Formats: sequence, structure tokens, C-alpha cells
Amino acid sequence: MAVHTSGQSVAKAAEPNRARGRRRDTAGAPGKLRRALSTHWYAWAMVTPVVIVIGVIIGYPLVRGVYLSLTNANERNVERSIGVNHLPATYEFVGLDNYADALTGSQFLDTLGWTLVWTVSCVAVTFGLGLALANILNRRIAGRSFYRMMLILPWAVPGFVSVFAWRFLYNEDNGLLNKILAGGGLDAVPWLNDPTWAKFSVIAVNVWLGVPFMMVALLGGLQSIPGELYEAAEMDGANAWQRFRHITMPGLRSVSTTVVLLSTIWTFNMFPVIFLLTRGGPGEATQILVTQAYKFSFEISPRDFAQSSTWGVLILVLLMVFAAVYQRVLRKQGETW
Amino acid sequence: MVTSTHVPANAPVRGRRSPLASALLHLTLFVASVIAVFPVLWVLLTSLKPAEYAITTDFVKETTFENYTKLLDDTEFLTWFGNSLLVAGLTTVLGVFVAATTGYAVSRFRFPGKRGLMWTLLITQMFPVAVLIVPIYNIMAGLGLLNEPAGLVITYLTIAVPFCAWMMKGFFDTIPREIDESGQVDGLTPFGTFWRLILPLAKPGIAVTAFYSFITAWGEVAYASAFMVGDENLTLAGGLQKFVNQYGAQWGPMTAASVLIAIPAAVVFLFAQRHLVTGVSAGAVKG
Repeated sequence: MAVHTSGQSVAKAAEPNRARGRRRDTAGAPGKLRRALSTHWYAWAMVTPVVIVIGVIIGYPLVRGVYLSLTNANERNVERSIGVNHLPATYEFVGLDNYADALTGSQFLDTLGWTLVWTVSCVAVTFGLGLALANILNRRIAGRSFYRMMLILPWAVPGFVSVFAWRFLYNEDNGLLNKILAGGGLDAVPWLNDPTWAKFSVIAVNVWLGVPFMMVALLGGLQSIPGELYEAAEMDGANAWQRFRHITMPGLRSVSTTVVLLSTIWTFNMFPVIFLLTRGGPGEATQILVTQAYKFSFEISPRDFAQSSTWGVLILVLLMVFAAVYQRVLRKQGETW
Repeated sequence: MVTSTHVPANAPVRGRRSPLASALLHLTLFVASVIAVFPVLWVLLTSLKPAEYAITTDFVKETTFENYTKLLDDTEFLTWFGNSLLVAGLTTVLGVFVAATTGYAVSRFRFPGKRGLMWTLLITQMFPVAVLIVPIYNIMAGLGLLNEPAGLVITYLTIAVPFCAWMMKGFFDTIPREIDESGQVDGLTPFGTFWRLILPLAKPGIAVTAFYSFITAWGEVAYASAFMVGDENLTLAGGLQKFVNQYGAQWGPMTAASVLIAIPAAVVFLFAQRHLVTGVSAGAVKG
């Protein structure tokens, strides 16, 4: 519930009238702007710094990025300085060619396919494990806070450090995982060097990184469900599964919809795990959209800025469509979000 | 429905379970904890082994700090550490400073443009690095800010500012509105109310927000890898890559560096983590 900048309590009391009053303003009273300014200038002044920052360092680059995606800009034709010589930009506007190329070629669609597999499997496994562990930790069990502390640990370590730790474990010749397999008489697994194993390995690391957040968030949700509900259900003879199905899951809805949305977006854009573990390899087997877009502009020669921007814009559009659809589905199911 | 207090003798009492179920629960938690802790622990153990044993599975045969002394003496680790501190610190301070009033305004006032601003804050959270990295790279190149900490700070503000504003709104929402009203009664302006009454109350929330944006900047990889080159300009995320590249790996210094980066972060994190979830879920759920 938000209220007007001035005369807060009055405005709150007069809520329904005020809405009508404002609509009358739009009929074109000359003092409209001045009135709005005198009412809202405090709020506007307070948000100004953020609006400026967003406009300058997000808005402007975004517009430029969209523009670049409509050109054939690359390393050789953008504005640049070589020594004392300043070379002007010579790239040209090519319209939607880049988008047509991306959407009709196989590379974008193949990468998108794996990105979707990656996102769905990471989120599903992370959610499942997080939910299971949260449920166990929500019981009365000896050493609960100790287990909780241990399970949170992966979240506490900076992501890039964890990823390097995993690279260390995955090392094909000398990594601990293969040494353990060798101890059991099994052949070494090319964790990061075989396309299928690499896919499995990157998903495993991302799940390992993601479970703690999921678990803690769901644990918070579980603890907000009143215990009486369970007691009443138990009195009525509901078994454990029925209690989980009819009390726990509905009680967790608002938390779980939020964390699923967040972790879907995070996983879809998860740059460091792929970049630091496999660089998208072997071949392009583990390349997701974000790392491939990065590769276009920073790892190949000549750097293809236009292609990279095109992929960037497409990723953003995909995510926004996803978020909008997700929200609409929730709203249809009566979730006020 | 029977309302008597009689309970059958064999009815399961809440909170009590069979020994087998207990054992299974403990086993699950134990296995999960080992999986969670082991990779980190293994890196710690390896860092304490002499370099020539780094890739063996022997547990600590002889403990040595040689990896650490080598790391500090022979590599640019301290420079990278300093760079990371500088960049993440500046990003945090600027981000929190710029975003604080906005978080308050969005939490308390209704004003034209609020909905649009909220949506912008939300949507910028899902900006993939791929959308902005090329244009920002070109702009920074034009301004001569590539390879400069200042350039990286400006870039990180694109992540930190919307995030801080969003998260602080969540914390301001938890402060009772009556406090604002009492400020108003005492003749404080909205800004005075914010500055004198709300900000002191929101300190824990602001600390958590600051900590979170510090951690985000501290662990950022994509921009740091693309914008910073040359040994003396790297941040930790870039520096660590030096030890593990496609030509081979220096696991000794890598593990020592990992420990030095992770331990302070983990200690602070474990103290702050309860509030972190509150912030995320308060910001996200009540949106």
C-alpha cells in the first residue's frame, strides 16, 4: 500500500476519491503538471539518482547494443585508435539480417536447445534436492544447525573459487574423482573432455552451487507454515504424503514460485560455471547462449560485435517473454504476484 | 468427530519417529553435507601439501605453507586482491548511496512513473551480461577506461544499482509506516523522515544489501575477464584463471589462492546468511 508524498494519512483515508480526482486532471487542466510537481516532487527527487544512472549506464548502452545488432560491426570496422591514428567507424546498417541469420541458422537453435536442457535440468534437480533437504531440516533432528551450516557452505564460497575447485576434482589424469574410480577398479572418466560427460559435469556443479540458496529459501517458507495445520491434519488421519501434498506444497507456493523464477533466470544466464569449467567445450557441447555471445565478441578473431549483440538481444527477449508468461500463468491460478 | 482427549497408545507422536527413520534422515543429511563440504575441504587440504604432491590423493603427509609463501612472493596475487577490493568496495558504496533514497521512495510513496520504475528495476535484474557487454566495452574503449578500475566500477553499477534499490525497498517495507507518520507530525519533511528516522532503523538491511552487492562484484567473471588484461590489472576472478589455463595447471598456488579468497568471504557470509534470504524473499515476494 503506497500513499501520496504529502498529507499521507489524509490521502490514505481518501483513497477511492483520489483516484477519481486524478482522472479528472487528465481532462487537461493547465495546472496539471504544476500540481503533480508540487505533490510528487519529493518522490521524484528521491528516485532521480537511480533514474539517471539507469538511463546513462544501462539505457544508453542497451540502445547502442540494439543498434549494433542491426549493423555488421566487428573488430575491423568499429571506431578505434591505432597508435596516434584515429579510425572512424565504417560499419553499415544491415537491418534485421543478423536476426534472420541467427534464427534460420542451426547454431543459435542448437545452442538454445542445450541452454533449455541445461536450465530445466539444473532448476528441476536443484529444486528437488533443495525441497527434500529443507523438509528434513525442518524436522526435529539432532545436530540440525550443524547440518544446516555444512549444507550452506557452497553458497558461502565465491562462485569462481568453487568452479576452480571442481575443475581440480574433475581433472582427467590426476583429479580426485578419477583417483577414487581407479581405487574401485574403474576406468577414468573424461569429465570435461567428452561432450556427454561435460554436460553432466557442468550441470552437477551448477546444482551443487544452487542447492544451498534453494534450501534456505524453502526452509524459510516451511517455517512460516503454522504447525497447527499439521497437527489438525494428523488428527484427521492424513498420512505424511497427504500432509505434504495438501499443506506443505500450498504453503510453499509463493516462495517456490519466486525461487523457481529467479533460479531459472540465473541459470539461463549462468556465465561463470560454463566459462570457467569448459569454455563451452569440448567443441561447442556445453556452450550456452550467454557464453556463445561472449565468445563472438571476445574470443574469436575478428571479434563479431554485431552477432554478439544480436544474441544478447534475443536472450533478453526470451527471458522477458518467459517472465511474462510465467507471471500470467500464476495470475490465472489466483496467485497475486 | 470425537473430541475426547483419548489418543491411541500406538499413535505416532509428532516429533518422534522410528530409529530406522531417524537413521535414514541422518544418513541423508550426512551424505549431503559431505558432498557440500568436501570439494572445499579438499582444496584446503591440497593447499597445505607440498606442491609436488598436489595431485595425489594422499591426505596431508607433511603440512607446509610453501604454496602460500610462493603465492604471496612470486605472483601478483596481492595486487589482484587489492584490485578486487577497490572495485568491489567502490561499487558497493556508490550502489548503496545512489539507490537508498529510491528504495525508500518506492516503498512509501505513490507517484506517477512508479510502476514503470519498478518494472525497469525488475527487468534489469534479468539482463544477461551478453546484452550490455559489447556496447559497454565499446563505450569504455572510446573513453579510454578499458583496463581501468574506474571502468569496471561503472560497469558493475549497472548490476548493483537496480539490485540495491530493489532489495532496500524490501527492507524499508518491513519498517512500520507509523514511524513515518510520527515524523510527519513532528514537522519533518519526507527527506528528513527518511534521513533521521528510517535510515538508522534500516541499518541492518542496508548492511546486508551492501554485503550482497560486494559479494556480487567480488565474484563477477565475465566483465572482469573481458575488460581487464595484463597481470597487474586483473581482479581475483581473472587472476585465478592464470593458474588454470588450457596449457596446464599450477594447482599449488591455485588452491592456496582459493583458500585466501574463500575463507574471509565464507566467515562473513555465514554470519550474514539469515538476513540474505530475508532480503531476497522480501524484495521478491512482495514485489
